[in-house]
Amino acid sequence: MYNKTLAELSQALQQRDTSSEELTGMYLQRCRQFMDKLNCFVTLTEEHAMAQARAADKKIQAGKAGPLTGIPMVHKDIFCTNGIKTSCGSRMLDNFIAPYDATVVRQLDDAGMVMLGKTNMDEFAMGSSNETSYYGPVLNPWDPDRVPGGSSGGSAAVVAARLTPMATGTDTGGSIRQPASLCGITGLKPTYGRVSRYGMIAFASSLDQGGPMTRTAEDAALVLNAMAGFDEHDSTSANEPVEDYTSQLENPLEGLKIGLPVEYFDERLNPDISRIIHDGIAELKKLGASIHEINLPSSKLSIPVYYVVAPAECSSNLARYDGVRFGYRCDDPRDLNDLYCRSRGEGFGREVKRRVLIGTYVLSAGYYDAYYLKAQKIRRLIRNEFQQALKEVDVIIGPTAPGTAFKLNELIDDPINMYLSDIYTVSINLAGLPAISVPAGMLNGLPVGMQIIGDYFSEARLLNVAHRFQQATDWHQHQPAEYK
Amino acid sequence: MLDKTDVEKIAWLARLSVSEEDIPNYCRDLSNILGLVEQMDKVDTGQVSPLAHPLELGARLRPDVVTETNQRDHFQDIAPAVESGHYLVPKVIE
Amino acid sequence: MAWETIIGLEIHAQLATQSKIFSGAATAYGAEANTQACAVDLGLPGVLPVLNKEAVRMAIMFGLAINAEIPSRSVFARKNYFYPDLPKGYQISQYELPIVSRGSIDITLGNGETKTIGVTRAHLEEDAGKSVHEGFGNLTGIDLNRAGTPLIEIVSEPDMRSAKEAVAYMKKIHAIVTYLGICDGNMQEGSFRCDANVSVRPRGEKKFGTRTELKNLNSFRFVEAAINYEVERQIDVIESGGKVIQETRLYDANKNETRSMRSKEEANDYRYFPDPDLLPIEIEKKIINEIKQSLPELPDAMKRRFIEEYHLSEYDADNLTAGPALALFFETTVQHSGGEPKLSANWVMGEVAAALNRENKDYNQSPIKGEMLGGLIKRIKDNTISSNIAKEVFTAMWNGEGSADEIIEKKGLKQVTDSDAIEKMVDEVIAESPQQVEQYKNSPPEKQGKLIGFFVGQIMKKSKGKANPKQVNELLKNKLAD
Repeated sequence: MYNKTLAELSQALQQRDTSSEELTGMYLQRCRQFMDKLNCFVTLTEEHAMAQARAADKKIQAGKAGPLTGIPMVHKDIFCTNGIKTSCGSRMLDNFIAPYDATVVRQLDDAGMVMLGKTNMDEFAMGSSNETSYYGPVLNPWDPDRVPGGSSGGSAAVVAARLTPMATGTDTGGSIRQPASLCGITGLKPTYGRVSRYGMIAFASSLDQGGPMTRTAEDAALVLNAMAGFDEHDSTSANEPVEDYTSQLENPLEGLKIGLPVEYFDERLNPDISRIIHDGIAELKKLGASIHEINLPSSKLSIPVYYVVAPAECSSNLARYDGVRFGYRCDDPRDLNDLYCRSRGEGFGREVKRRVLIGTYVLSAGYYDAYYLKAQKIRRLIRNEFQQALKEVDVIIGPTAPGTAFKLNELIDDPINMYLSDIYTVSINLAGLPAISVPAGMLNGLPVGMQIIGDYFSEARLLNVAHRFQQATDWHQHQPAEYK
Repeated sequence: MLDKTDVEKIAWLARLSVSEEDIPNYCRDLSNILGLVEQMDKVDTGQVSPLAHPLELGARLRPDVVTETNQRDHFQDIAPAVESGHYLVPKVIE
Repeated sequence: MAWETIIGLEIHAQLATQSKIFSGAATAYGAEANTQACAVDLGLPGVLPVLNKEAVRMAIMFGLAINAEIPSRSVFARKNYFYPDLPKGYQISQYELPIVSRGSIDITLGNGETKTIGVTRAHLEEDAGKSVHEGFGNLTGIDLNRAGTPLIEIVSEPDMRSAKEAVAYMKKIHAIVTYLGICDGNMQEGSFRCDANVSVRPRGEKKFGTRTELKNLNSFRFVEAAINYEVERQIDVIESGGKVIQETRLYDANKNETRSMRSKEEANDYRYFPDPDLLPIEIEKKIINEIKQSLPELPDAMKRRFIEEYHLSEYDADNLTAGPALALFFETTVQHSGGEPKLSANWVMGEVAAALNRENKDYNQSPIKGEMLGGLIKRIKDNTISSNIAKEVFTAMWNGEGSADEIIEKKGLKQVTDSDAIEKMVDEVIAESPQQVEQYKNSPPEKQGKLIGFFVGQIMKKSKGKANPKQVNELLKNKLAD
């Protein structure tokens, strides 16, 4: 049963082949069995889950169920959950019981989903390996010596290990897509503003976007139906109509124009990864798509631009953690500044501090123009190039990550090379576009993801391409042996 | 590129205590990051206006209506130090 | 050496919205600590701001009232600094693109001349909370009820040359925002606050001197006193060979002095950048025109109208238009006075102002309404009562004893204008005071004027003040001349 997709579970529930209570009990059992091994949970919310499951079963019995009613899921521990610890992977919020629900949490609760727990993550979503978490690294279900990617590493590992059919993630520079790639699952980062950011603890406000992490594109479409939409509490939320993201899944791909950016396939790309992505593209070609070379010259600068914009916003967003109203407070502060400096110095980990310091520096007097303003200008160039390209092609395809899952501790003391693991993902956040990573092959026993990028609010099309690809391939059905 | 004084200055602006033995690491890491960032200098952006937001839309305004009720106790349950409804901090000298 | 003073003001006016600028929490003053601080105001993790439409409309109203340009696009920026009353570690404000750009207002100087003061800009921002220093031992308590209250910060050009000009400017801005109804103008509650940038330079010098910023000026009187103190201090510093340091200074009203605020002295680097949680405000010309059409009559226009319509002096008109409640009170009084604007003006600025001042009330809180005061003035005008008796009636009205007519009736204060009755009293007094009559008759005419006062006094005493003084005088003069 645990190996079923969300869509299959939904059907089983509707047909009363199982109950939410039964499913929830089964998945909770798996969670308890594997959570220590993977270090994937910050909190398991068993009682809460069972209560939700019982409520869901009542709804199903009353014939008031939707497609997601009764289906177990987990939230990345970045989403505020009323009355439940919301740590954001940080010592700073280790004692933080959120006093309200994030919009996404409320939406999925309203849809009848059952929350099993909150997943481990890189501290404040800053990291690509899950090693910056205060709670220690999550391990990759495919190989316990390797990282699951980050920052939504806990969510990716949980879905890959079949501890739940679906997890929420957030993506600021690749934090849904890169761990999805490294763990062999499907991860969708929607258009900026498509999913509400209210209650999703901010890292970089103009880049952050929540999205579903699932086994299949079809599952992602089902969940996005509930997550997407306008939120009056989020000024940056898009007031665009929400489509039924499942309605176009089966559309044929004849005539689909795929753009391949020359910059993504240059000499820097690992030849094995390149081969896998090209194989994937060949599958789509068989389904009727045509291939076009495109140019995104400024995307080469996306890492430098990102490492100005994201830290600048984070340095300001994280100023609220001051030990006064919530969160960690140092012992016996001598005076006000001692309270600030030590609460923040002791509450934040090294990577968060690095980024806060860099962000503070690039915004400070005398450096703003050279760094922040310059970065925002190149950001426009990056976006313009994507927009230009997307006038000529329907989707853009490339690798999600430059390699497979790397070893624990391999990059943790090498921030620059760690940052480069997001080289194919950050430009999409800078432009605010939607993109999905789907499993496209295996390399030395580790999964490799393929990234499909689309125009603003073209999630339905992306899911359509991904779904068709998954009908033609079985990479998304591969699963780590120990969790079968 | 960044020396001890720079790191101490920005750490103070950011109100982050940084231990003496960590400072060389921060000098190195931050300098490396700035080195990476300086690739931006290669691009001529003279005619380009900055993009602060991916979706260039205008602000949506909310009506002037009171929608919130008093939740002080709920919010202060998670506060490190409160007394008679106030959050407590070390003496502020003006 | 002759010195010139340069003053620029930064005025913070709280906008009179129901809810906060970025949240749905109430803005009402005086609630119990932190009961009006919602998740957004507290800066809880994950919360986001959503802009209040009314705050935008009010800021535009102000801009139009000072003939400023309203740019089609303005942007919120974060001002980053740490302070316990600033929950997010940054204040949402505006930096490069404020909602109101350059405008100006006219002030009237002591000599009756008009001077134009430039307004550099006005921008929208959120207010901070309050630190409470008493009652928490060696700690400080933080109340965030005020956090997120909408403000406009109005920044003037350094156009003022004396403390008096600064006060006149501040009073004018105060009048404008209260006329517009966008701010309650209550300085004691902090709804209208002012910081002053002050510097001095030798007269004739083109370059500005080093300025200091004076804070905590929460009354017109303090603004004047603080600037005067600071000007003298700066001149003393320079004349004794020192240098003025650019710093923030706090005005201490009890000691009437300014002192350096060391806590604010650290080199501030606010790291302004566009707030990524908020999109730019876009304002269509159509909206601006709609707001323009809806503007109420403003103090300058009202002043001109008062001069024209009521034939008041520039001075009276200026004073009567200092605030909307006062102006309304005056106009209501005139309407009920039977066409006596000058007498109405005197009473409003005289007796009423004094009585309100004693009880620390504003014109809209006066127990005597304009209608009632007009009724009193009508009775002065038609000689029912004398001005002296009117004061007695006024006091009774103030104490809630009824309308002017009711009190006059009840207390029998009607002026005696019956010449027979007055003549009778005059005859009596003359008969009772042979000595004084003798003295009067033997005095030269220039001294008689003074002596007649005795007789008038006696007659008024007899009539309990009700005899018409003009008639008494005339009759007396005639009788004594016989």
